Order: sequence, then C-alpha cells, then structure tokens
Amino acid sequence: MKITVTDRDGNKQILEGDSNSTLMEIIRDDGIDIEAACGGCCACATCHVYVDNKWLNKIDPKDDDEESMLDQAFDVRINSRLSCQINLSDELDGLELELAPE
Amino acid sequence: MIKKTDVIIIGAGPVGLFAIFELGLLNISCHVIDNLDKLGGQCAELYPEKPIYDIPSRVSISGQELINDLLAQAKPFKPVYHLSQQVKKIEKLESNEWLVETSLNITIQAKCIVIAAGAGSFVPRRIPIKDIDSLEDKNILYAVRNKSILEGKDILIVGGGDSALDWTNELSKISNVTLMHRRKEFKAAPDSLSKMHKLEKHKKIYFLLGQIQNIEALNNGKIKVITKNNEETKNFEVDYLLPFFGLKMELGPIANWGLNLDQNLIKVDTEKFETSVPSIFAIGDINTYPGKLKLILSGFHEAALMAQECFKYCFPDKKNIFRYTTSSKELQKKLTST
Repeated sequence: MKITVTDRDGNKQILEGDSNSTLMEIIRDDGIDIEAACGGCCACATCHVYVDNKWLNKIDPKDDDEESMLDQAFDVRINSRLSCQINLSDELDGLELELAPE
Repeated sequence: MIKKTDVIIIGAGPVGLFAIFELGLLNISCHVIDNLDKLGGQCAELYPEKPIYDIPSRVSISGQELINDLLAQAKPFKPVYHLSQQVKKIEKLESNEWLVETSLNITIQAKCIVIAAGAGSFVPRRIPIKDIDSLEDKNILYAVRNKSILEGKDILIVGGGDSALDWTNELSKISNVTLMHRRKEFKAAPDSLSKMHKLEKHKKIYFLLGQIQNIEALNNGKIKVITKNNEETKNFEVDYLLPFFGLKMELGPIANWGLNLDQNLIKVDTEKFETSVPSIFAIGDINTYPGKLKLILSGFHEAALMAQECFKYCFPDKKNIFRYTTSSKELQKKLTST
C-alpha cells in the first residue's frame, strides 16, 4: 500500500505502508521529520497531520483522548489527526496527508 | 555552599532512577537533577496511567507504578533529588572532578556525570510561527515568573488544560483576561473549570472559541494576535499573550558541553556507556550506538555497565569485587536497612 506525505516544505513523498503499522510509524521510520515524542501512546501532539479530506470518512474517527491531545497542537483543522492513532489497513491504500506545523 | 557527591545523575526518569540503585550497590552516592517538579520523567509526566508491557517480569505496569517501584528500590541508597531545575553549567576542576551549577544556583561537585535525560528536558511548547522570536519573553510568555508585570494589562490566554485555566482564574484578579480555546471542552480539573465559567458569567473574564493564526508587533509595545474560529477572523490588541500548549522536550544546554552528538543524541561506547568526554556517561533514550533500541530495559542494562566504570573514577585505589544481591550479606544489609 502507498501513502503520500507532503512535508512542511511542500515536498511530496510516497511511502510504502504496512497494514500492521500506525501511520506515525511509517512516517517516522522513513526518516521524515516527525517528532512523535511519546512514541505513539497518544500522550503528546507531536505527530499531528492533516489528512486529505477525501480520506476522512474511511479512517476510524478520533476518540476523546486524541481530541484532548489535539488541544496541544497548533492550527488544528477539521482534518487534523494524530498519526499514531491511525491504524493502517488495505482500505487506506493511496492515503494522502500533510504534516502539520511544528 | 558546594555540595559534594560521587555521581550527579541528570534526569529522574526510569533509567536515571535505576542508575541510583546500580551505583548504590557499588557504594557510589548520587545527587539527581531534573527540570520537572516531580520524579519519573516521561513515565510520570506523559503517561502515568498508560500500561507498559515490556518490563521484565512485570506483565503490565503503569508509568507511575514503575516510577514508584524504582523510587522504592533506590531509597536505601539515600539519593538527593534536586527538582524544578536544569543543569546550567558544568566545569572541570583541577582535581578532574566536575562542578555542576543548576538554574536554581545549586552547586554540586562530583567525580562523574551521568546523563539520563531521555529526550531532553521538558520545556513549554512554543508557537510555530516564523519571526516571532523577538516577541517571546517580551509579549509572549510561556510561563509566568513575575505576576506583578501583568497587573492591569490586557492579556490573551490560549489553551485548554490546567495551566490555561489556572492562570485565567488567577490573573482575573489583577488583569483584563480573555481566554481562548479551540473548543468548548477542557481537559482540566473540574474545580478550575467551574471557577472559570463563573468568572465568565460575571464578566470578570471573556471566553471565546478560536485559534491563533498570526502575531504582529505594534508600535505601541503591544501585539496584534490574529485569531480564527472556523472562517471567522478576530484581531486582539493585547499587552501579553500566554499560550499553554503543553510541554515538549529539548536537549537544552547539554548540546554545548562538547560531547560528540549524532542528531541530538549523545554517542557512547557499548562497554562503559561513556561519552567522548571521560567521566561523563550517557544512558537511556538520550544516547546512541550501533543497534540502539529506545527501551526502558536497554537503559537499565546501560546503567549497570556504566556503574562498573564509575566505580573506577570514584574509588581508583579499590578493587571492584563483583557480587550478587542474592548472596552478598553486605549488599543485603544495605538493601534492607531503613
């Protein structure tokens, strides 16, 4: 499965996804500059991304924990997500997203 | 007055706390310094309630439980903790010992320094807008050190946690406070929240929904904060902006100590976990070496090997006889004395 990530300079990169991983893990392990300070347990907001609108309804919705953590993020939008909380699956092949400011 | 000890541990997270134990087994005394106001590092600050499943022999343990147990394990060795302060400066003395000065002006002399600082020290998260550096610490305050400068001023507080609410409630007594948050729900103590709602009802403070878009300096010494809620833009002219977006971790002053670094991590050898500067060690998430895994259990292993080498610096004339806690009467006496 492929994931297209737009970094903070506007460069697009296509990453090879894996249905056993979270979105944050794929971005981080490809060496893209995402902090993910807490390591993926929804305890910081440093893996904040904007998911392309057309994919929003295909992803499991945010839970309360994620919504609260987003309070620590900057410029939160309707398509804001913490990438550690998105479990990849084959249905998400082609997912497009953009890194949020940091 | 200069305090004296054998080893200074920087960072009171799980690995720093276990280092007290490993050093203690070798009769090495420690002082521990941490920037947070509590012990436990990330485990206590970021995920006290979250279960950890990969601590040997613990099927599941929460971040805070792990810290409580590590503190109990370290207790027989009487560590001295210095909290809410950062190491500001280190200096090598003629005796080859280190003199360490903290941000609260405590000075400690020791034979070795052990950096167990995790991902660095927790500092307030800054606003990611370009070219606002000159306004930070002037109009934009991430922490309130001196309340009196805010008296009678127009203040915009932003955030949805305890800090934002506590300061809103507190400063409502002396300043004109507007609180802004991106949604109606807060994640804060219910008491502070109801207090804020009460103040809002009595028009002692103003609350509005929105997020910061941009900040501009004005000629009158104030700042213009451009905010947005959905598509509606609002400008605020205020003396001070107090953004509370939680904490993040930064390497901080350690970066300037002349240690060999690799992408903000400290390079160590895997025999002694010593840095490029003799008698300074680095253990846990802050170090790097081929094959490094950022796991608490790796940090525990690193602490044990580091202690063996510290022994040589602390007691150069003594022979270190390897002992097990299961069989050594001397160790058992130490561990069970209260």
